[in-house]
Amino acid sequence: MLDCTPKEIKERSSGGNINPAKTCQPIGAMYAALGIHKCLPHSHGSQGCCSYHRMHLTRHFRDPIMASTSCFTEGSSVFGGGANLKASIQNVFHIYKPDVMAIHTTCLTETIGDDVSSIIKTAEVAEGKLVIHANTPSYVGSHITGFSNMTKAMVSYISESTASVKKEQINIVPGFVNPGDMREIKRLTKSMDIDYIMFPDTSGVVDSPMTGEFNMYAEGGTTVAQIKDAGNSKLSIALGRFASSDAVDLLHKKCKVSASVLKTPIGIKATDAFLMVLRQSFTKEIPRELEVERGQLVDIMTDTHFHFHGKKVAIFGDPDIVTGLTEFLLSLGMVPVHVLTGTPGGSSNSIAGSFEDDINNMLEGTGISANVKSAGDLFTLHQWIKNEPVDLLIGNTYGKYIARAEDVPFIRVGFPVLDRSVHSYLPIVGYRGALRLIEMISNALLDRADRDASDEDFELVM
Amino acid sequence: MAEKSVGIIAERDGFIATKGKNKKQLQCDTDSSAGCVSQRACVYCGARVVLNPITDAIHLVHGPIGCASYTWDIRGSLSSGAELYRNSFSTDLKEQDVIFGGAKKLTAAIDGLMEKYQAKLIFVYSTCIVGVIGDDLESICKAASQKHNIEVIPVESSGFIGNKSAGYRAAAESLLRLIKPDEDVVITKTNSINYLGDFNLAGEAWIIHNYLRQMGIDINVTFTGDSHYEALKLAPKAKLNIIQCAGSMLYLAGKMEELYQIPYLQISFLGIEDTAASLRKIAVAMGDDHALCKAEALIQKETARVETIIKSYREKLKGKKAAIYVGGGFKAISLIKQFREIGIDVVMIGTQTGRQEEYETITNLVDDGTVILDDANPAELERFMMEKGAHLLVGGVKERPLAYKLGMAFIDHNHDRKHPLSGFEGAVNFAEEVYTTICSPVWKSLSTGGIGKGVEARG
Repeated sequence: MLDCTPKEIKERSSGGNINPAKTCQPIGAMYAALGIHKCLPHSHGSQGCCSYHRMHLTRHFRDPIMASTSCFTEGSSVFGGGANLKASIQNVFHIYKPDVMAIHTTCLTETIGDDVSSIIKTAEVAEGKLVIHANTPSYVGSHITGFSNMTKAMVSYISESTASVKKEQINIVPGFVNPGDMREIKRLTKSMDIDYIMFPDTSGVVDSPMTGEFNMYAEGGTTVAQIKDAGNSKLSIALGRFASSDAVDLLHKKCKVSASVLKTPIGIKATDAFLMVLRQSFTKEIPRELEVERGQLVDIMTDTHFHFHGKKVAIFGDPDIVTGLTEFLLSLGMVPVHVLTGTPGGSSNSIAGSFEDDINNMLEGTGISANVKSAGDLFTLHQWIKNEPVDLLIGNTYGKYIARAEDVPFIRVGFPVLDRSVHSYLPIVGYRGALRLIEMISNALLDRADRDASDEDFELVM
Repeated sequence: MAEKSVGIIAERDGFIATKGKNKKQLQCDTDSSAGCVSQRACVYCGARVVLNPITDAIHLVHGPIGCASYTWDIRGSLSSGAELYRNSFSTDLKEQDVIFGGAKKLTAAIDGLMEKYQAKLIFVYSTCIVGVIGDDLESICKAASQKHNIEVIPVESSGFIGNKSAGYRAAAESLLRLIKPDEDVVITKTNSINYLGDFNLAGEAWIIHNYLRQMGIDINVTFTGDSHYEALKLAPKAKLNIIQCAGSMLYLAGKMEELYQIPYLQISFLGIEDTAASLRKIAVAMGDDHALCKAEALIQKETARVETIIKSYREKLKGKKAAIYVGGGFKAISLIKQFREIGIDVVMIGTQTGRQEEYETITNLVDDGTVILDDANPAELERFMMEKGAHLLVGGVKERPLAYKLGMAFIDHNHDRKHPLSGFEGAVNFAEEVYTTICSPVWKSLSTGGIGKGVEARG
């Protein structure tokens, strides 16, 4: 019996985590760094961290994930990791020949207090090569925080304002999404006829085509020149506050690039908002092809709305994704009754506005009373579902235990998805992504209806 | 096209050898070079993979969340009973805990878990950070143990104190504490054996249990596939220990011989040849003529059953070349023989944590020209696989997409294996998996010169 979760909810004071809905900062930093062209992420810590992150990312993307490690030993932990890091910098450029080495720390190196930026300054780095770093203590935040920190480091190390007049181009920070989503966001921007710099951009890196050759560095990724030029853009858009807003804030401070923070464009409303900002900022018209796409989406939404209306849903995952999904599900007439993220930061009443506030604001006036929690775990989510059952569960692969135990239809969205393929190639953002989500949701619900129908209720047309 | 990087750092020279070319002794069992893209894992990983299959234990990771997240139910070891081990428990240490110590939180976490689950055994794994902030796991576990009247056993697995092998050692120390009989208990030996180093991936231990049962030999307990608290407690009763995965279990076996006078025997159930030899060895070591007769009958029956199947695969696979990159040396050795059974030569072989004597055996077994390497990085794997014209790589999670990108077939001989690869059934599964991947039509779609410009199948 795989279900070990008791139904009765008791106050949990220990602060421990059962069945996490998050993981640690360094893997987010590693993923972000992979979105720089010819960059080798480097894990400053024990071998295991690097190995786990590569393994986890490999399982999700089904592509080789390259990263190096400082290979800490007991000695380095006692005397500091400076020597290891210096040797690493030398070895990495000598053997693996990246253009950029992106170092992130781990809980170990943060705790022993290695001063990475000083170590980088004293290391010998060849002309034209670049070493950047982000502090990513695993005991703060989550993988989303790590992604945000590494993206911010790209700005602080690389971006520069060199032009006297800002260029007619936009910076897009896509957040912790799949390469399929990044491609879709770029396609939307391109079809608006706007020059853009997307960073980080893992499309073409972790979804690289098979050629019969293995290349340490795939063709994709944002170039250093592009990230540098991001300082000359007239506008930055952060898609998803948790993963992307720090980078655009810093670009504003450092290079005076105006910043706009939007939701991850999941669903019709958030995609509209994204395109509206593009249209207004660059005085461009929405092209006919996007109008058609939007129209098709609305067409399908109306065609199928009766499948969705009133269906109860539990959603978990990373905060930016969950926020976008919640908004979209509401627009379909679905009822999100349990909404949870593992990422801490912004619990209710924090100054910066929070995940919980965002969700509760969306629910206001809908008459839905939902369980909403940040810094939660899947034990909590499972208990909620036991006490208030749902018709559908949406989240990453780890939801499969709950889905099985409670016999709930389940669709896999987010990170990580370890037990299905293709997901990272196809978008959930934009109008096309919304169509895909509708297909996933209706297939899950209707397959269940077919499975459960008695012979007399079994229907051909649904 | 990105620039190729196949440089080999001088420091790595000693870890790579070609049989017949140089007479040097391969360097191994050392720390990896700083800055390498190592395929190796850490101490915690080693300890966790050994202990995780204990099904009714709470495996509580004391540290920030990552270590628990990445090891949540990844082992692929099956259970016939409890499923508690498939949950992920962490103290989820935060900044405050790092500054003020995590002791209180650990105690609270154990108390909280005991409210929810009726476990008799908790393993508390130390992670890197715990090794640095210095929480006294020993005394916290002792206090928790007394409070809840269960076993709470610390696992000293801070990541930086070594590599995966050090984790095997840490796990062994914890297992020794677990199986130590209470002072007033007298151990009565039974005519049974312990099976060490099978983690019941895809149900492999069950296959071996079945063989031994047919031979009339009782299995006392398996370390640690599909094992549970009560059974492990009785481990000292066995008359003989047999070891499959030597890397993780040799130390434990040595200690059990010293403490409980249980002799041990290294066996291998990979491939027909090794499986048959191992069953005979076990019967002989048990001094049981009856079991030996039954073993012969079993071997004859099973060999006859699988031989024609293996032969048909051997004909299809003849002339293919394999590369091996696995965790331990003992598995690597068995794989060489197993490939030979299906007509495949091994042209490159490496391990993450192989020992000197294992590398010597490997060198003796392989043909001249075979590349042997320790703790390899992806660039080295790529270079030698291509140079040697390998058709297939055997490895773990991280090696799979590397092989695929090269247009090379792959089989997982690690946690992600989908079929049992042990025993006679396993030999058939192995041959079938090798055949399925090498001879799959998908390789024919690989277009090397661009669409329409010549299609080449390497398989």
